[in-house]
Amino acid sequence: MLALDAPVVPPSARSRAAQGLTAAAALGIFALQRCEDCGAVQYPPRDACVECLSARLRWRAMERGGELLSETLIRHGQELYFRRRAPYRAGLVRLDVGPSTIVALHRACEGAPSRLRLRLALDKAGQALLIGLPEKDVPDMADDPIIRETTCAPRARKVLITDVKTRVGRAMAEALVAAGAEIVWAGFAAPWKPSPHLEALRALGPVTPVPLDVTDESSVRELAGGIGGKVDILINTAEHHRPGAIASRNGIETARAEMEVNFFGLLRLAQAFSAALKARAADGQASSTAWVNLLSARALSNDPAHGTFSASMAAAFSLAQALRADLQASGIRVLNVFPGPIEDEWNALVPPPKLSPEALARTVVDALERGLEDVYPGEVAKDLIARFLENPKALERELAG
Amino acid sequence: MRDAARPYEDIVVAAPVTVPYTRHSIKSAHWFLAQALARLIHSARIRKTDIDGLAVSSFTLSPDTAVGFTQHIGLSPRFLEHVPMGGASAIVQLRRAARAVEAGDAHIVACIAGDTNHVDSFRLNAASFSRFARDAVYPYGSGGPNGSFALLTAHYMRVFGATPQDYGKLCVAQRQNALTNPLALFRKELSLQEYLEARPIADPIRLFDCVMPCAGADGFLVMRRAMAKKLDLAHARLLAAIERHNGYPDDPIQFRGGWALDRAALYDQAGVSPKDIDFLEAYDDYPVMTLMQIEDLGFCGKGEGPEFVRRHSFTTQGSFPLNTSGGQLSMGQAGAAGGHLGVVEAVRQLIGMPLGAQVGKARLGLVSGFGMINYDRGLCSGAAILAAPGGRKKRGKR
Amino acid sequence: MSSPVLTHLVSDIVAGRLRVVDLTHTLAPEFPPIVLPPEFGESAPVRIEEISRYDAGGPAWYWNNLSFGEHTGTHFDAPIHWITGRDQPNNSTDTIPLDKFIASASVIDCTCEAAEDADYLLTVSKLREFEERHGRILPRSWVLMRTDWSKRAGDPVAFQNFDATGQHTPGPDVEAVRFLIEERDVVGFGTETIGTDAGQAAHLRPPFPCHALMHGAGRFGLQCLANLDLLPATGAVLIAAPLKIRQGSGSPLRVLALVAA
Repeated sequence: MLALDAPVVPPSARSRAAQGLTAAAALGIFALQRCEDCGAVQYPPRDACVECLSARLRWRAMERGGELLSETLIRHGQELYFRRRAPYRAGLVRLDVGPSTIVALHRACEGAPSRLRLRLALDKAGQALLIGLPEKDVPDMADDPIIRETTCAPRARKVLITDVKTRVGRAMAEALVAAGAEIVWAGFAAPWKPSPHLEALRALGPVTPVPLDVTDESSVRELAGGIGGKVDILINTAEHHRPGAIASRNGIETARAEMEVNFFGLLRLAQAFSAALKARAADGQASSTAWVNLLSARALSNDPAHGTFSASMAAAFSLAQALRADLQASGIRVLNVFPGPIEDEWNALVPPPKLSPEALARTVVDALERGLEDVYPGEVAKDLIARFLENPKALERELAG
Repeated sequence: MRDAARPYEDIVVAAPVTVPYTRHSIKSAHWFLAQALARLIHSARIRKTDIDGLAVSSFTLSPDTAVGFTQHIGLSPRFLEHVPMGGASAIVQLRRAARAVEAGDAHIVACIAGDTNHVDSFRLNAASFSRFARDAVYPYGSGGPNGSFALLTAHYMRVFGATPQDYGKLCVAQRQNALTNPLALFRKELSLQEYLEARPIADPIRLFDCVMPCAGADGFLVMRRAMAKKLDLAHARLLAAIERHNGYPDDPIQFRGGWALDRAALYDQAGVSPKDIDFLEAYDDYPVMTLMQIEDLGFCGKGEGPEFVRRHSFTTQGSFPLNTSGGQLSMGQAGAAGGHLGVVEAVRQLIGMPLGAQVGKARLGLVSGFGMINYDRGLCSGAAILAAPGGRKKRGKR
Repeated sequence: MSSPVLTHLVSDIVAGRLRVVDLTHTLAPEFPPIVLPPEFGESAPVRIEEISRYDAGGPAWYWNNLSFGEHTGTHFDAPIHWITGRDQPNNSTDTIPLDKFIASASVIDCTCEAAEDADYLLTVSKLREFEERHGRILPRSWVLMRTDWSKRAGDPVAFQNFDATGQHTPGPDVEAVRFLIEERDVVGFGTETIGTDAGQAAHLRPPFPCHALMHGAGRFGLQCLANLDLLPATGAVLIAAPLKIRQGSGSPLRVLALVAA
């Protein structure tokens, strides 16, 4: 059975221009190239405007409506990935914004000619895929194979949350239970420290507390030995955060503690859990599907008032990229979440707006259900990423105060 | 508006050769192309050094192009073309060669195309076919042309009312034509019933709508008529030829090809009209394309293809002889040689040496080429009108 | 020149007339660490990271990298650990005179009291009661508070024994500590719990008296001891030498007790 179940992903080779589609899909945006000079919308992605040859092609959010001109039911794929999934629908859609696109068709779409709307999603290879959806939602939309292949919904899945002794961890567990997770393994370290959050979760049916200290390799290995082969989604909520400028503290022990959890903790989890996760990526309906890293918008550019924490999160972000490269080859999505300041004791001195743990948890569940790859929840995070993308040097200076 | 080209000055096509097709081969494209060239030399009773022009088409010659191939086979041509235009390559090679001969850039141009077909070649070629295909088609699981042509086929049926029976009639007739062709890979009679009951591949495309990828090569020589006479070679005259690339880019889906842009120029150059054509060698990579070529080359109006099919018969003895060797649907598709198949068969019919059955009256043949589904449609179209050696060029009455 | 005492010591151990009792817990990552409120710095827990185990990292050898705070596992507290002891002479693990690492021990059995009350505080009267039965506590000896708390070590929650008001573990009261220093001149005080002070000792005056007063007087602490139930009330000799850490405030160590069989 091993050979039958070995994960196979769809073809992932793309041109550099086409990676722009992937970048938009990672954020859940429907974007196409538009010529800044003549306004022509381009598809497939190009390096020169199809109309005026301008090189000034920019990715812009677009209207997603279109007309299905033709469709087919493909019964035999060339690639192994498609052979296993045949038959599947494909269609040719004339977008309202201009170009014609070949799309994967949701089964609820009517035959040609008909109106539909497009979604830009990430396929199992982590690359952009255009999906044709019916104009209006239908019951059980998410049960369509193409939606299941491009999303990571927690419903009926088994989830490990690495630390539930914080408000964030608790909110995450509650949101997953609400989203229909079958089992939520709730990790907790330092069992002798009472936690009202852990206690509250014990009352929820799908929640099973499990001891897990991400700073202790033997603890991580032991849990992986116990449940590693069953985890479908791993959500790393373990975080160590001590505010302060780097000059305000003596020594590196606080920074080391942050690195121990935020960076080395992720590394230990990756080494212990990723092999089993990869092996089960093609396990039918209840396959393993995603790895979620709760990082921080401070990973993008250092917030000197949280100097060492920002640095540890930047390290974690970099590691998460390596993890993504590894897991992507098996079709496991790595969702990186970059919240701004969260309402907790370590951001007490940060002025609002701050992100509530409950809102953060809802955003993560939504991102899994939509199959996103990068999420910037909350106003502050959105502000930071926009400033970062526009001018990283300016953001560095602004954060320096 | 017509782009009138200067008429060809006594350019002929001679020595049609075919390296027999096989489903799979462990040999290389170099082997097939070299065998085609050897057959040309043998067939024309010339020396290798007499060939001073060469045109090559192949999908599987990589990492070589025509350049590397010259050293591989020890040829020193003074005119060399590498024509990577899929099923339009034969027409394009012919056009390039004809003008080179006219201009004195070469005396004898060997036009060859061929491909090998290893067990996994087709998938690997499909995976890396073009940038747009890689970015915007292959990830959708179409895996080569089946899915793309299924979309064109379904659209054409919906808009122009073609039925499976219409497509089937063409496939059945072509199979009939192949029955007497010893080189056809498929020589078992096909009934319309069998066509309709065959397994679906990518709806509405059925098994017998699809060509069989295979290994093989074809070739022909282009020279002046005087040279052909000196060499005592049977030959067909080139009356006219057109090509067009990325025609009708604004059509949201392909329902016509570049032929429609250029057919007036084609018939003008040849001085004939569609009704003068005795047989058609269409590019039959899916019957929907044959229907488009019948329309776009002026044998009927746009959208009248289905009616045309119902009105005519397409065997060598039929009212509209079509793909008289069986076409790619019965011969197989040897990669880039798919377009050469039509040229060599047309020449064979015109010189009275067909592989299979002879078309009763074969004085004017039209060969059409089509190639390169770069993204959602075929980009390259071409066509040529060839005439039997004896007949005078007809003057069109229009 | 040989000493008959040493000769007898070794021959008695070999002959089984003297038993060597291990008062040490295994140093392991899961052993409960000291927990401070989160605004303070934290002691690093014990971590054992494998370098190689007869594998590509070292084909014929097995070894680990070890990291831990000075106050992890069964460990020794030096006077420099507390601010009151910072100016004591020879107050760190590398400078303490070696003769102080070998001393006899009195074992005060508080198991009943600790079982009844996790916040039990050892009093002077309890010490005097001990002396009435077992004789006066010797100068320069260890006083070990036996609570059988070490038997909880397999259950970290019970061992730490936190609730909403904090940690609840037994220890000495202020007067007992003063008595042991001033009246009995002990070398130090040892417990089975995670501190030499009680879990609620922050509320005593002075807070953490065993740390404040013992270290202020140049005395030592031993914590997280095991197997005190195998020791006689008096007569055991402890060998408790911390690692020679420069300016060390303490150290995990192997605590051995020599006991007449």
